[in-house]
Amino acid sequence: MKTLTYKMIDGNSSGYLALLAILGLFVLAGATAFFYMEHNGHWVTGMSNQVVWGIPHVFAVFLIVSASGALNVASISSVFNRKIYKPLAPLSAVLALTLLLGGLTILVLDLGRPDRLIVAMTKYNFKSIFAWNMILYNGFLAIVGVYVWFMLERKMNKFSRYAGFAAFFWRLILTTGTGAIFGFLVARDAYDVAIMAPMFIIMSFAYGLAIFNIVTIAIYSWTDRQLGDVIFERLRTLLGVFIGAVFYFVTVYHLTKLYATKHHGVENFILVDGGIYTTLFWLGQVIIGLLIPAILVFHPAFAKSRKALVSASVLVIAGGLSQMYVTIIGGQAYPLEMFPGKIIESSFFDGGIKAYTPSLPELALGLGGFALSLLMIALAIKVLRLIPDNLSDAEIDPHHKA
Amino acid sequence: MSHQETDISRRQFLGKAAAAGLMIAPGVMLYKVAQARAPEMPASSSNRWGMLIDTSKCATGCSDCVTACQTENGWGGENSNEVHSAPTQQAHWIRKVKLTDKQTGHVQSLPLMCQHCENPPCVDVCPTGASMKRADGIVLVDKHICIGCRYCMMACPYKARSFIHEELHNQIPYAPRGKGTVESCTMCVQRVDNNGTPACVEACNSEGHKAMYFGDLNDPSSDISKRLKEYGATEIRADLELNTGVRYQGI
Repeated sequence: MKTLTYKMIDGNSSGYLALLAILGLFVLAGATAFFYMEHNGHWVTGMSNQVVWGIPHVFAVFLIVSASGALNVASISSVFNRKIYKPLAPLSAVLALTLLLGGLTILVLDLGRPDRLIVAMTKYNFKSIFAWNMILYNGFLAIVGVYVWFMLERKMNKFSRYAGFAAFFWRLILTTGTGAIFGFLVARDAYDVAIMAPMFIIMSFAYGLAIFNIVTIAIYSWTDRQLGDVIFERLRTLLGVFIGAVFYFVTVYHLTKLYATKHHGVENFILVDGGIYTTLFWLGQVIIGLLIPAILVFHPAFAKSRKALVSASVLVIAGGLSQMYVTIIGGQAYPLEMFPGKIIESSFFDGGIKAYTPSLPELALGLGGFALSLLMIALAIKVLRLIPDNLSDAEIDPHHKA
Repeated sequence: MSHQETDISRRQFLGKAAAAGLMIAPGVMLYKVAQARAPEMPASSSNRWGMLIDTSKCATGCSDCVTACQTENGWGGENSNEVHSAPTQQAHWIRKVKLTDKQTGHVQSLPLMCQHCENPPCVDVCPTGASMKRADGIVLVDKHICIGCRYCMMACPYKARSFIHEELHNQIPYAPRGKGTVESCTMCVQRVDNNGTPACVEACNSEGHKAMYFGDLNDPSSDISKRLKEYGATEIRADLELNTGVRYQGI
């Protein structure tokens, strides 16, 4: 491999400025939505005492999980010593940071008392998975921050592999923690299953890589830099493998639930007659999020198509958001089973399927957090030397024959 | 001295000691009952406050317990101070639940509120420790450090907790509530700490229904303990082994 030159983008084209402006508008809308919700209280949202976590959590958990997955390329280069991924490792690590920051921003701004963030940072109940996660998120920011520094600072390069190892293990624990937020909830039928932790890890691989693929291809295409087929081929195959792995875990999760009679109710709700949740599961999560991207990735007709990989990545993201909606909101919409064999009715809406319609401010907050992540990465590539100037096959592949 | 003689004399001694203890015990009990816990004294783990609900006496359509709780603690009802919140967003500290058996059609009615678990999932998951259990078993939310994350609401198997969706006015001083925080049945801690009875239990009994009992589960001589020993009772979601402080008969 030749010596690569890392360059900042010029960042003065009208296209770049327009991108910043659009992302900035979404961030502004998100900030406005936050102030509106914070000033009035959550009654202006679609959330209630029946469905307590809404669309902001869908975006927040999606971004947090994706953050871990965005680190894939860096991890493969550092931990598994695959040199071909090394040129893109700094971008991968910085994207991981910006996605996590975007997700956490949503999570914090949706709290009932976001002004008490300092309480959350100073008072810990160590039995709480949420408390662990606060440590895991902060630790991830610190470790990946050091990792980026070691990669970018020539004098520290020799240590970057160790930081890469630390980041790799930390991100696995982090996503275990995120999956455990749901997996450890014994009260609700849709959760309470240990497979949720590894399933979230595998989902993070796919969602994070999908975002990474789009960001990378967009940067190289919009800045007229060369991204050779060798790298492209790796990213394409990797996404395909992760899509397959997600499919496996989703199948095992539902088979596990379907086997036990007591979970037939919730499975029937999600898979057969849950209305929007059933549609989002089959159409969103399975067809749009897994099957079509698998065809786009594996069918020989699309093997050389950049557009096909970008499309597959967009669909994986759409499928990921659908999955989070089904998992988080579908899991709450299904009633608590307190009295098996009985029909339960009350003035507090016990027994029935809980209704939830996302409100505009909630949606704006979720999209604003996503836009914030992308805005940060767009600014990062202008101020940091994150991306090699040229990743053509001739530059990175010693066996390349023109 | 033979072993047999020793055993006899030991038994005689223990018998006399037990008799003396019984003589003292009523005095001790009187002292405990007469003395309200001073404000600076912490709750004691020698108590485990609990409730027993006899569903056979709980009438469908009766909501005296709910109304009493609303009046005592200042939530819901006709004068609800949650004026903006939709019905699904309004708080419920206690609710009446109607159960219909799917096979037989048998109908039952019962009040449902925080079950004051010995091992509460809401306390386990709370990141800041705002969700907490007192030494005497009462599960509360410390409104000063609740950040409003609602994880406790996700974790509670009884849907006992409510989030406050708006600014509240005209609150009752001893039952503070706050926008953006979570709340639930406090077992009328303000009454219990003054040797009182929770408002729901008091109302149920004063109306003559006698479907609810309150007392110290740790005290074998309490009415609730005797009833539990004699008739038995069930926990809702006993499979979770949370050892709830609220028990039900007839379900």
